[in-house]
Amino acid sequence: MGMTMTQKILAAHSGLDAVEAGQLIEANLDMVLGNDVTTPVAIHEMEKFKNQDVFDKDKIAMVLDHFTPNKDIKSAEHCKCVREYANAHNITNFFDVGEVGIEHALLPEKGLVTAGNVVIGADSHTCTYGALGAFSTGVGSTDMAAGMATGKAWFKVPSAIQFVLTGKPAKWVSGKDIILHIIGLIGVDGALYKSMEFTGDGIQYLSMDDRFTMANMAIEAGGKNGIFPVDDTTLAYIKEHSVKEYTIYEADNDAVYDAVYTIDLSQLKPTVAFPHLPENTKPIDEVGEIKIDQVVIGSCTNGHITDLRIAAEIMRGRKVAKGIRTIIIPATQAIYLQAMEEGLLKIFIEAGAIVSTPTCGPCLGGHMGILAAGERAVATTNRNFVGRMGHVDSEVYLASPAVAAASAITGKISCPCELE
Amino acid sequence: MKAHGSVHKYGDNVDTDVIIPARYLNSSDPAELAKNCMEDIDPEFVKRVKPGDIMVANKNFGCGSSREHAPIAIKASGISCVIAETFARIFYRNAINIGLPIIECKEAADEIEAGDEVEIDFDNGMIYDKTKGTEYKGQAFPPFMQEIIKAEGLVNYINQK
Repeated sequence: MGMTMTQKILAAHSGLDAVEAGQLIEANLDMVLGNDVTTPVAIHEMEKFKNQDVFDKDKIAMVLDHFTPNKDIKSAEHCKCVREYANAHNITNFFDVGEVGIEHALLPEKGLVTAGNVVIGADSHTCTYGALGAFSTGVGSTDMAAGMATGKAWFKVPSAIQFVLTGKPAKWVSGKDIILHIIGLIGVDGALYKSMEFTGDGIQYLSMDDRFTMANMAIEAGGKNGIFPVDDTTLAYIKEHSVKEYTIYEADNDAVYDAVYTIDLSQLKPTVAFPHLPENTKPIDEVGEIKIDQVVIGSCTNGHITDLRIAAEIMRGRKVAKGIRTIIIPATQAIYLQAMEEGLLKIFIEAGAIVSTPTCGPCLGGHMGILAAGERAVATTNRNFVGRMGHVDSEVYLASPAVAAASAITGKISCPCELE
Repeated sequence: MKAHGSVHKYGDNVDTDVIIPARYLNSSDPAELAKNCMEDIDPEFVKRVKPGDIMVANKNFGCGSSREHAPIAIKASGISCVIAETFARIFYRNAINIGLPIIECKEAADEIEAGDEVEIDFDNGMIYDKTKGTEYKGQAFPPFMQEIIKAEGLVNYINQK
């Protein structure tokens, strides 16, 4: 029986010729990741191991991105705990304020993950690296600790859903709109325990940033991972960013899928997910009049340079509506610098937005833009659960950077086409 | 091994943000996390819960963030077992890895109601609703996961290997 792309990667990392869905395997890990929220718990678990050594100091990444720059004393203590551990164990890929970026933008940018890798991270959005043709998935802190100690993780080999993407997306339709559409289609548990394998000729029209956004949100459909085939766009990105050896895996022609969805990208519209689940999606022309208080453009989902360029294109020469707090967060220092050199930051600030240092901050209701009771935000982030960005009675609407930027200008959820 | 307690009932897609909101993730102390467990979905939970109580929910329990703080908070609040129709996969792993017993059982998740007295026999996966006089058979874990559960978590399991 043929294997999916994910199954081929898992077989190769378990020393097996073939695996099938449901099989329990132990896979060798190419990278183990944690952040300032999850790593302290993992370090605590590490102390219980008989052997205190890490399996490979070069294959562990610790990224202080969630509550940094330290939002309070307790967060500062967590970061101190990770910093001291990283220094004591000579962890090569430790990123502190000044070098830090949002982990899932930072690791690909630094070339630490590449095609064919198996990666676990104590952060649910670790599935992002599937955009590079890697198997990557989120785990908890104890799995992170076990990975740090042994270099291995156990997995139940997933079955897969195939998404055949055809056609070229229209103007203002991005990877965010495509993945929101898919989550709306299959639901927040539509891919539970499964791989989401993207394929089809429509992929050629998706930038790497679009693909990172889509793989990033596989978890919002319950997926174990999201994965893209490796093409010229992927190889160009890998060559620009990484010196790591990479391997290209392709799904067998006779691979078996639990379901196949064909999606004509040319028919999609900008899409918005209403509170309080990412599956509550509506195309922009069915949104109606939704007034907002805040706009957030950033996060591991949409803090890339292309996201900022789109937002700047819409905000150039315009002002955000009176009273709309507009917070823009480049995902990494390199993106921040690039945005500065391209003049994007000037556009944002002149429009009345603020630009923050890289942080996960408001996405999870940490800091840098918390909502009060009754307030509404349009955010390019990934979750709109109850209380996600602040008060239990606040609301988050998920959208693309284009929709978020247009909404900042008008003060209500808007299509950028309204401003043309 | 058995569990016995009163049921706290929830619906579909209980996410880890409502189990333990991120504003409390600046701590990793189980007792402190337990103080705010379920706060955004059920503010009375922490006042109501008694040691040994059982949580029952429908589909996709524990979806969203990978924070292990979520099963840690539930366990530290006194809950002895979570029964659901399905669990989100990261929560499922985390619960097994930290030794919080979980059981997948659609019928039990559908029928058991808040306040019911429920007994669970982990040796045979049976769930008894004493209030209703009904019984249910939970999904068996694969042998490999049973070994992790028996070792009371992943770290002990690896240490014993």
